[in-house]
Amino acid sequence: MTDALDLGSWILIIAGSILCMIGALGLLRMPDLFTRMHAASLVDTLGAALLLLGMTLQAGFTLVTAKLLVIGLLLFFTSPTATHALARAARARGVEPLLADQSATGRAPSKRVEGKQEQQ
Amino acid sequence: MFEIASVSLLLALTLIIARAILGPSVFDRTQAVNTAGTVAMLLLAVVGFLTGRPDFLDIAIIYGLLNVIGTIAVLKFFRHGDLGDPGYEYEDGKQTTNRGSS
Amino acid sequence: MRLVSTFLILFAFWLVLSGHYTAFLMTAGTLCALGVVLFARRMDVVDHEGHPIHLAPRALLFYWPWLLKEIAVSAMQVSKIILHPRLPISPTLIRVRTTQRTDVGRTTFANSITLTPGTISVEVAEDEILVHALTRNGADSLADGEMDRRVTRFESA
Repeated sequence: MTDALDLGSWILIIAGSILCMIGALGLLRMPDLFTRMHAASLVDTLGAALLLLGMTLQAGFTLVTAKLLVIGLLLFFTSPTATHALARAARARGVEPLLADQSATGRAPSKRVEGKQEQQ
Repeated sequence: MFEIASVSLLLALTLIIARAILGPSVFDRTQAVNTAGTVAMLLLAVVGFLTGRPDFLDIAIIYGLLNVIGTIAVLKFFRHGDLGDPGYEYEDGKQTTNRGSS
Repeated sequence: MRLVSTFLILFAFWLVLSGHYTAFLMTAGTLCALGVVLFARRMDVVDHEGHPIHLAPRALLFYWPWLLKEIAVSAMQVSKIILHPRLPISPTLIRVRTTQRTDVGRTTFANSITLTPGTISVEVAEDEILVHALTRNGADSLADGEMDRRVTRFESA
């Protein structure tokens, strides 16, 4: 039983570290600010969650588990707030995102999106 | 296993700091610093397990709180360009103010 | 009712952080939690919006598991894109209509969008959210409105 738990936490921690590295790599590779945010949110959500879960399995049912849970909840609630504030501030200062389809600027709703919503 | 995790987190931290140095605009750097804070928080927790000192988790919690507050404060400064700004917002060409009842 | 639950949560937080259960520290924790509750009552933040415990059971049982699954799936997609040698991204901006009636619901929706890797809510207006998506597929699946429907069902308690 403890062996299985050990193996599980081992897998979770390694997966979390790998995800954090992928996110950091994405932060370096992505071409502009907004796409970089997606890479960063990879670290903030799944990377952190897997690492914390792995450590929780390692700690067992103690006070440490409760603290790890507090850290997880903190990240869960604050990281979207920070990301949204960043996106909003960048846009307010006139940073326009790089778009695949340059005709859709987002200032005016594009035709494709409008059609989609009328279908509902 | 915690050795592997801490080494890979340190590697991730290096990449993020490279982005913070390269970042063309101030928002790129802020983004990098915010992510670096998250990774540092995870690294603190991992190091706490590695050395068998759970007190590190408290430091990680405080670090996370300060990280968010710091990011928002920096963004507020660079958004208005001035901490003494009254906080006017421009949305869709219409000028509104944050002061008062709104 | 809300004041009592605020007090209990604050006290539990104190216990988690301290880890020592002596009489002096317990008394200090009770007094601190009580003081914070009194200040919060004076500032009028313990209400339907600031402390939405009426949504807690629904959130824990139905919404969060679904959101975690969604985060895991899209995180896998985003990491695949990052590791792809040619970086196949097609960044898109779309406006997503929201059907939530309360501010709590709208905040939940916007935060869920940002939490899912691959989509970020850039601007939140009265009844629509400007979303930046990493790929066109991600934008399309968000425009289908599955998440919107779930949040609307979740907030109408």
